[in-house]
Amino acid sequence: MAFNMNPKKNPMPSQDPNVRNKNFLEVATGYTEEIAIDEAKRCLQCKNPRCMGGCPVHIHIPEFISLVAEGKFEEAYQVIAKSSSLPAVCGRVCPQESQCEGQCIRGVKGEPVGIGRLERFVADWHNAHCTELPNKPVSNGHKVAVVGSGPSGLTCAGDLAKLGYEVTVFEALHLAGGVLVYGIPEFRLPKSIVQKEIDGLIALGVKVETNMVIGRTISINELMTEYGFEAVFVGSGAGLPKFMNIPGENLKGVFSANEFLTRVNLMKAYKEGCATPIKQNKNVAVVGGGNVAMDAARSALRLGAEKVYIIYRRGLEELPARREEVEHAMEEGIIFKVLTNPIEIIGDETGTCSKIKCVEMELGEPDASGRRRPVVKPNSEFEIDADCVIMSLGTNPNPLIKSTTEGLDTQTWGGIIVNEEGATSVKGVYAGGDAVTGAATVILAMGAGKTAAQGIDEYIKSKNK
Amino acid sequence: MYKIVRKKCLNPTVTLMEVEAPFVAKKAEPGQFIILRVDENGERIPLTVADYDREKGTVTIIFQIVGGSTIHLNSLEEGDSIHDFVGPLGVPTHTAGLKKVAVVGGGVGCAIAYPIAKKLHNLGCEVHSIIGFRNKDLVILEDEFSKVSDKLFVMTDDGSHGNKGVVTAPLKELIEGGEQYDEVITIGPLIMMKFVVATTKPFNVKTVVSMNPIMIDGTGMCGGCRLTVGGKTKFACVDGPDFDGFEVDFDEAISRSRSYLDFEAHAREESCNLYKKEVK
Ligand SMILES: Cc1cc2nc3c(=O)[nH]c(=O)nc-3n(C[C@H](O)[C@H](O)[C@H](O)COP(=O)(O)OP(=O)(O)OC[C@H]3O[C@@H](n4cnc5c(N)ncnc54)[C@H](O)[C@@H]3O)c2cc1C
Ligand SMILES: Cc1cc2nc3c(=O)[nH]c(=O)nc-3n(C[C@H](O)[C@H](O)[C@H](O)COP(=O)(O)OP(=O)(O)OC[C@H]3O[C@@H](n4cnc5c(N)ncnc54)[C@H](O)[C@@H]3O)c2cc1C
Ligand code: FES
Repeated sequence: MAFNMNPKKNPMPSQDPNVRNKNFLEVATGYTEEIAIDEAKRCLQCKNPRCMGGCPVHIHIPEFISLVAEGKFEEAYQVIAKSSSLPAVCGRVCPQESQCEGQCIRGVKGEPVGIGRLERFVADWHNAHCTELPNKPVSNGHKVAVVGSGPSGLTCAGDLAKLGYEVTVFEALHLAGGVLVYGIPEFRLPKSIVQKEIDGLIALGVKVETNMVIGRTISINELMTEYGFEAVFVGSGAGLPKFMNIPGENLKGVFSANEFLTRVNLMKAYKEGCATPIKQNKNVAVVGGGNVAMDAARSALRLGAEKVYIIYRRGLEELPARREEVEHAMEEGIIFKVLTNPIEIIGDETGTCSKIKCVEMELGEPDASGRRRPVVKPNSEFEIDADCVIMSLGTNPNPLIKSTTEGLDTQTWGGIIVNEEGATSVKGVYAGGDAVTGAATVILAMGAGKTAAQGIDEYIKSKNK
Repeated sequence: MYKIVRKKCLNPTVTLMEVEAPFVAKKAEPGQFIILRVDENGERIPLTVADYDREKGTVTIIFQIVGGSTIHLNSLEEGDSIHDFVGPLGVPTHTAGLKKVAVVGGGVGCAIAYPIAKKLHNLGCEVHSIIGFRNKDLVILEDEFSKVSDKLFVMTDDGSHGNKGVVTAPLKELIEGGEQYDEVITIGPLIMMKFVVATTKPFNVKTVVSMNPIMIDGTGMCGGCRLTVGGKTKFACVDGPDFDGFEVDFDEAISRSRSYLDFEAHAREESCNLYKKEVK
């Protein structure tokens, strides 16, 4: 087979920036079969594939790509499915530039192989062509509860169900999917993809109980003593938003990114006929530089804002968001105010925010994280008009599970402490995902769900010997 | 889906519903609340647990018809179902060890105050209840309160029932008259609670207020329900809804509660006309 030595990736077919910044449809429309095969041929099939080392769940990347090159898409899907439960999701949202693609040898002299785009293509192809749902495995009679229906919980539930466990997922909200449904917007991750994953789990016999706040409706201890679950996996995420504690933060028109995105995504506030309100804003300032900030900014633009700013205290290079999201945001017209830090939000006579006061920053010595520390430039105060400010400063694990589960050890900042099998300090209770690591990524959460499923399987087997 | 097993109009604008929700009924305590969505396009609205029956597995809610979602909720009848109903949320009202308490309720806030008065009464605490309404037609739960209160004062703004005046008047008299309360617990419109606090503060009588900011998830995830209490940001849905009234920044809370006025007015009109014509 001849390799394709084009130094550039096949571009991703996408909606035009000036069209898509007014709708909530998916930005990238995906490779066609022809483009996928062409891109797959750019892979040099390295003997020592460095890309696999960059993948947190070690997908056999060259193997699946060579099958794509041969047009064997379903076979390619089966290769990915051995290591990943959510390829249609991860192909869309993984930070490939710092994982697989960051290691790709083709990236040295040109652009790396579009591994993420190929993963997405393969998963979408599978979903479009293989519509029959999996069969329910024979039950082994053991019950396991999963708390939270984000990527970690869904993965853990799926793996255990395939082993014959009777799994029930308990979700606090009215809809399953975690951040994939309440946080990441439709234009980046269509909700139908998440629903498909959940339908697959239900076909495997997993029960999904929404409107169940574990720690309030039922405690973890009660799940194990009263309801007969032999083990519990806690995948409750890191949903507690941080604020800056600057003056004016509680003015009307100031939101956490979680609130803003929940109104838009989970409650569909942008759609006719949905009862949840969202304010129409003219000038929106989003504080922060991660994926969450990009999602909030781009959602605000789509809701009709005239100007949307990203305010970030470090430089463009340091933006922690996926590179593709930053590029998309720039193309769509988001204004980047980097090396800028807010110090106050100013309100009008009705108590609604009207301006955000900022200072300019410069990068000083590297700090403990190795990143250069931003320091305030003297006398650099300035104001930006903003009738809406969205705080996107990161999140911590919600303290509810910790405060209602006796003996559950956590870090001082709230992360649940687990060993390498995912076991917590409470017997039979496992945990993973953002609840353990703090806000991280979908793929790490998925990986943690897999690890814990194995740990739970071994624990229950050894207990019943 | 959560079935409505009983519906009763308490007055023209306040409705009681008993809803099948066995998991909530099993755990609910006075002071906690639920969040419901009427249908799959509904918003999430918080309502206090007014009563529960652990055996029957039902939870009672009492709500005032104020806008789009409550109009819609009120359009459901016995036998119909509510799409989502989650709880119990929030921290139960602290009642342990209290010997003498004044419970001050305003309007539909009385529905929230009643289960607390009842629990205190059952715990052997002396309960003085002061309940206030705009007029005679809006009085609710008077009999219920009288059964659990050692003293009961019913106030109306226009004097059409009980005594004429606001709830703070008898409260002030009682305290000035030498009643020594361990706590005053007050639930009602923000402005009323602000005045109750202004009444009790000079006498330094500990006052607990039940805050009702706009909420979405009710699990601590969005921060929309945040308040300033003692100079610190608190989330009413997980840290409350009860707070030390002396510490709450009421002016900020009042301002924040008006975040969606325009939208609400529109939704209200739309709902009222829902069955007549399509509205844009
Ligand atoms: C806006 C946004 C954009 C993001 N973009 C990306 C991206 O592009 N790429 C990427 O890799 N990652 C991204 N992330 C991060 C990624 O989504 C998370 O790391 C991942 O979802 C964590 O998965 P999880 O299973 O640990 O928890 P979550 O997805 O947070 O799910 C936890 C679930 O548990 C539920 N829950 C919490 N407490 C309880 C309880 N007591 N009882 C019952 N249920 C409970 C919650 O309601 C929630 O549904 C983004 C995050 C956000 C918020
Ligand atoms: C913890 C808590 C307990 C409550 N308990 C009761 C109760 O037992 N009985 C009762 O009648 N009311 C209660 N409320 C208030 C009730 O939630 C609102 O009246 C209801 O949401 C109004 O919705 P609407 O669409 O009918 O009216 P709208 O026209 O939307 O709003 C009317 C007013 O209700 C408030 N409100 C609107 N949306 C919300 C929301 N999502 N969350 C909170 N407040 C909102 C606003 O301040 C607004 O001014 C409680 C509120 C909280 C936070
Ligand atoms: S309602 Fe969202 S944090 Fe309280």
